[in-house]
Amino acid sequence: MNLNFTYDVDSEDFTRAGEASADIKKKLKKMNVPHEAVRKVAIAMYEGEINMVIHANGGVITVSVNEDSITMVLADKGPGIPDVEKAMQEGFSTAPDNIRALGFGAGMGLPNMKKYTDEMHIDTEIGVGTTVTMKVNI
Amino acid sequence: MTVRDIKNLLSCETLWGEELLDRKVHTACGADMMSDVLAFVKDQSVLITGLVNLQTVRTAMMMDIVCIVFVRGKVPAKEVIDLAADNDIIILSTSQLMFESCGKLYGAGLSGGKHKNES
Repeated sequence: MNLNFTYDVDSEDFTRAGEASADIKKKLKKMNVPHEAVRKVAIAMYEGEINMVIHANGGVITVSVNEDSITMVLADKGPGIPDVEKAMQEGFSTAPDNIRALGFGAGMGLPNMKKYTDEMHIDTEIGVGTTVTMKVNI
Repeated sequence: MTVRDIKNLLSCETLWGEELLDRKVHTACGADMMSDVLAFVKDQSVLITGLVNLQTVRTAMMMDIVCIVFVRGKVPAKEVIDLAADNDIIILSTSQLMFESCGKLYGAGLSGGKHKNES
């Protein structure tokens, strides 16, 4: 089994953020992927999707599913992350106040993504964009 | 504890899911920050929150949350209730405050989610 799914993440409307993650969650459930792995993928991808909308004007998410793992690649053409180590700290956030009013921007996004995945790698370049690759073992 | 117990303890109005009130919940989480919910919530939980927007329901979907209780008398927009209905998430609303609501449910035996350093 090797299936790929691609999602365009639109940044126009914050209320739509999370639609891709909700869709992949349903698909994985239908494919009988174990509950715990589905949950991890859904949470990590949702945080990533929110980040893409808040910070990077959207982007593209590709999800690859095979027998023993699920890999998510979140690629954006946003401003890049100046200090990845700092961005990984719990509580550090550069999100604007209007995002906090919506329940995000607590500085837990990247730490949550790392927590719920077995592997996470961030490639980022200032002014070019960021690609976050996350893998969840089944 | 069932969702019906929660409804009675907090004198809630059911905004959606009247026929699902006998579902069981094991843990609860009180938060307005959705990232904290994503960090700490266990399975079969109830979410107690004052945040009434679509992302509250999306967060609940990701976490398999059984029921959302909106506190402080908040009532979400129709599209929020519709999204919950599409995903079988019960929606309750209470006029009680977050602190009171959490205290009553804890006092009645509902436990919190896992702590930060527990696996």
